[in-house]
Amino acid sequence: MLIVLLAHLAVAVAAPPLVRWLGPRAFYLLAGAPLAAAAWAAAHTNEVLGTGAVEWTHPWVRPIGMSLALRVDTLSWLMVLLVGGIGALVLVYCAQYFDADEPDLGRFAGVFVAFAGTMLGLVVSDDLLLLYVFWELTTVCSYLLIGHSVTNRPSRRAALQALVVTTAGGLAMLVGIVMLGEHAGSYRWSEVADSLPGGWYLATAIVLILLGALSKSAVFPFSFWLPAAMAAPTPVSAYLHAAAMVKAGVFLVAQLAPAVTVAGGPAATTWRVVVLGAGVATMLYGGWVALRQYDLKLLLAYGTVSQLGLLIAVLGAGGRDVAVAGAAMLLAHALFKAALFLVVGIVDRATGTRDLRRLSGLGRRAPALAVAAGLAAASMAGIPPMIGFVGKEAIFVALFDAGVTGRVVLAGVVAGTVLTVAYTLRFMWGAFASKAAVPGADPGVGAATKVDRRVVSALLAAPMLIALTGVAAGIAAPLVDRLLSPYADRFAATGPVYHLGLWHGPGVALGLSLLVLVLGALLFRAGVPTGRRPARVGDVPASSGYDRLMAVVDRTAVEVTGATQRGSLPFYLGVILLVLIAAAGTVLAVGRPFGEPVQLWEAPLHALPVAVLVVAAVVATAARRRLTAVILVGVTGYAIAGLFLLYGAPDLALTQFLVETVTMVMLVLVLRRLPTHFSERPEVRTRWLRVAVGTAVGTVMAAMAYVAVGARTAIPVSVDFPELAVSFGGGRNIVNVILVDIRAWDTMGEVSVLVAVATGVASLIFRRARRLHRRGPGSLPPKPPDGEPVWLMAGHTVAAGRRSTMLEVITRLLFHAIVLLSVYLLFTGHNTPGGGFTGGLVAALALVLRYLAGGRHELSTAAPVDAGAVLGAGLFVAVGTGVGAMVLGGQVLQSAILDFHLPLLGHTHVVTSTLFDIGVYLIVVGLVLDVLRSLGAEVDRHQDADRKAEQTEEMA
Amino acid sequence: MKVSLIMLVAVGVLFAAGVTLLLERTLTRVLLGVILLGNGANVLILSTAMPGDPPIVGAAAPGEMTDPLPQAMILTAIVITLGMTAFLLALAYRSWRLVGHDEVQDDIEDRRIMAMAERDEGSDAADADADADDADRDVTRAVHP
Repeated sequence: MLIVLLAHLAVAVAAPPLVRWLGPRAFYLLAGAPLAAAAWAAAHTNEVLGTGAVEWTHPWVRPIGMSLALRVDTLSWLMVLLVGGIGALVLVYCAQYFDADEPDLGRFAGVFVAFAGTMLGLVVSDDLLLLYVFWELTTVCSYLLIGHSVTNRPSRRAALQALVVTTAGGLAMLVGIVMLGEHAGSYRWSEVADSLPGGWYLATAIVLILLGALSKSAVFPFSFWLPAAMAAPTPVSAYLHAAAMVKAGVFLVAQLAPAVTVAGGPAATTWRVVVLGAGVATMLYGGWVALRQYDLKLLLAYGTVSQLGLLIAVLGAGGRDVAVAGAAMLLAHALFKAALFLVVGIVDRATGTRDLRRLSGLGRRAPALAVAAGLAAASMAGIPPMIGFVGKEAIFVALFDAGVTGRVVLAGVVAGTVLTVAYTLRFMWGAFASKAAVPGADPGVGAATKVDRRVVSALLAAPMLIALTGVAAGIAAPLVDRLLSPYADRFAATGPVYHLGLWHGPGVALGLSLLVLVLGALLFRAGVPTGRRPARVGDVPASSGYDRLMAVVDRTAVEVTGATQRGSLPFYLGVILLVLIAAAGTVLAVGRPFGEPVQLWEAPLHALPVAVLVVAAVVATAARRRLTAVILVGVTGYAIAGLFLLYGAPDLALTQFLVETVTMVMLVLVLRRLPTHFSERPEVRTRWLRVAVGTAVGTVMAAMAYVAVGARTAIPVSVDFPELAVSFGGGRNIVNVILVDIRAWDTMGEVSVLVAVATGVASLIFRRARRLHRRGPGSLPPKPPDGEPVWLMAGHTVAAGRRSTMLEVITRLLFHAIVLLSVYLLFTGHNTPGGGFTGGLVAALALVLRYLAGGRHELSTAAPVDAGAVLGAGLFVAVGTGVGAMVLGGQVLQSAILDFHLPLLGHTHVVTSTLFDIGVYLIVVGLVLDVLRSLGAEVDRHQDADRKAEQTEEMA
Repeated sequence: MKVSLIMLVAVGVLFAAGVTLLLERTLTRVLLGVILLGNGANVLILSTAMPGDPPIVGAAAPGEMTDPLPQAMILTAIVITLGMTAFLLALAYRSWRLVGHDEVQDDIEDRRIMAMAERDEGSDAADADADADDADRDVTRAVHP
């Protein structure tokens, strides 16, 4: 079975290219997939009948207890036959129905096969979660099929409506499924059915599941989506109405009924009320509305709504005889409705209309078509010897014998059947009768409608075959009875059981059948008031309740979005900060955890950097020139570096100093292109608001700092670090050991962020992907002219006015020393201040110096590598260290200490985490190199290009 | 642990100045605000440790050492701030290249929705007008020759 399912998937994927290659003829090939499913069912008939079910299980998503559990029992077997058989015939029909120039035919074919596959999966799933997955997949597929004409608004609307209604129901159903599954400890229906909960818990779960089933099967009050869905191409309608989609709900009700109706308590009562009430109401509503339609397809669509109501009521009623009757009716409906829809498709294609006011004399012109339609319609109306008659008889008998409730339902069903007979007659009369003057018909279209016989003969095979199957099934009623009764036997039976058959002798059922036919005919003769507005054919029926609901949702969404999503960055940030102020501020104000002693300072010297940074920060907020603001912010950074030093953090001081320098360079590189002054806007009011929010946040943060610092009463976790750093980390600089060993994962995350940032910067500045190679060294600078003292390789490429010999000389003298220093810091960082970050930043500063002195060509000479390669190498080394430790049997990123003796160097002490630090070093260098290439060299190029463009403009 | 007042002042002022700049519309100012906020957070973390000797084994007695853990965290934060700065700078520059300034504009789509909300309209309204012609097209297929 799984192979058949996978085959559908494969065929669905292969469909678009096949259709492109073969045109509509490809549908003949595609029909193989559903045909295989039907053949599978046929081949396993004896097995299913003999053992009750064919099962196949494979665990899938273990954490939620979901498995690929497939189970084909009698009911599933029937559904597989219908889904596969009708699916194959509809596909064959498609091959002639569509023209080669039909737009998006490939997509349509793929989705159709996928639809058949998901429907197949749905009816063979034993796992309820799996069933839900297929359930939603059919919804998605039907959405795509109904909305096939993407340029047509009613079609899109109908598709969306079907999607919204059935998905909403599906979600309710999921909750119900989870309720049942969690109670039973399994999601296999075959197991869940044996351990159902009781009481209102079950009743709630059942109502939720029924919401899903009823919405899927278009039962009142969800009926409106199905008639609208006839905006789909007719083959889709045929499949959707007969075997797929709407039958899913019926199938689910039929599958649940044997267990739920015997559960007793509120659950069974609720189930009966909902199923019987909604079912009968839908049957009457659908039949009545169908009688008033002029569009043949719409007439059939409302007919389906009516029949679905009947099926839900009968299959949900519970009871052995009702069940066998319901199963027979399910089969009958699938056969006649598929045939009739395909006939409507032929009528539509052959005459160009589906309006029964414009069709006349079609019966004489296309007698074979009329015969096929007549056979199917006879089944629908319940005329012997059709399977529809067999089913209807069985329903009458079973309901008559089912007590008071059964008799009440029977009354409703009889009334509904009268309507069915009437609209069947209306359909046949409307499609095929010769009408001299139909009330309301166009006077101009009097005699016979023009018919394209070639279309009729090409398309007739499929509906004729399906209609004939209906006749055969009726004649072979005892065989059908033998095949379907295992499903009915899931209900306990008392006394003699009912058997399907054509002739049970005179009795209640036969009397009712005759009565129904007579009353139906009379109703058709009398006619039905056709409503105020003569609907145009092709109009999608309105569904005002749904429309109003959607309009309310839409309006609410607009209001909520409009109120909350202001699209303004300061607004969003302001809201976040106000929440911070309110939340933290309230806790502080209410709790008042302010008891710790406060001293002015730890040492008077600390006041110096603090004073500097306070002044600089405050002035920076008021600065109007970009450069001023940048320098002032830089001053706060340097002041903090001083503070770090005073607090006993030389590593931090060093890093902060270097970072601040690199930051200043980056800022200046960009600021040279931006306007000198900030763009000022008359915003005095908002300025004070900003200052107020800022002050509030500052106050709250200071208070939080006070509370947090005061709350440090426990012994810090780091109290053992000095000893651990030496014994396990093999280093004496504890901060560095923390970075590369104790909290190495942190560092790993951080360097990954740096790589991402570097890539982001480059992709923001290099606007075209193919220019990204400029992250690499680019072209080599021209040879320096002879006769000049050469300090830098590319010094001569800098414009004379901007060249500084002094800087060139200093760079020449210092560059190698700085690089050497960086390597020294990298390798000694484990024991003295330094490490990968500091070393990398120092090396980066050396590159900055080269760039500033000699321009972008000098940078290429200094670092003739792609920045991306450096970053990648760094990440590779860092990850490699971690993985290497794991491969060698340790934990990820665990470090090892190696002591050995080397000639010349003497005793050597190596810790493997140094390798990790090398990775960090490379990444930092790569980041800065990338920034220099982007914000430096590439911005230079932009500037040169702009300048050149200006000059050309002036010349012109 | 005793709290040092000047550190609280430093934290408060840095956060206040940072937020004030952050709420501006000019990206350069937003960037400077982010840097100040980062500095403020670093000082906050720093103040959780008593000042002492550098945490280097051998250079100081374990009792005299300052807590190394906040330092490691700050070191990570400093470098991340550098990355943030580079990225925001690139954003500011790109904004200037594309639109001639580096101010963060309001989102146009959000503005449109707000205007709709003020007019008490649904989002379908515009769509329906544009597609009005579509609705007239018949679903029925044309006659084939």
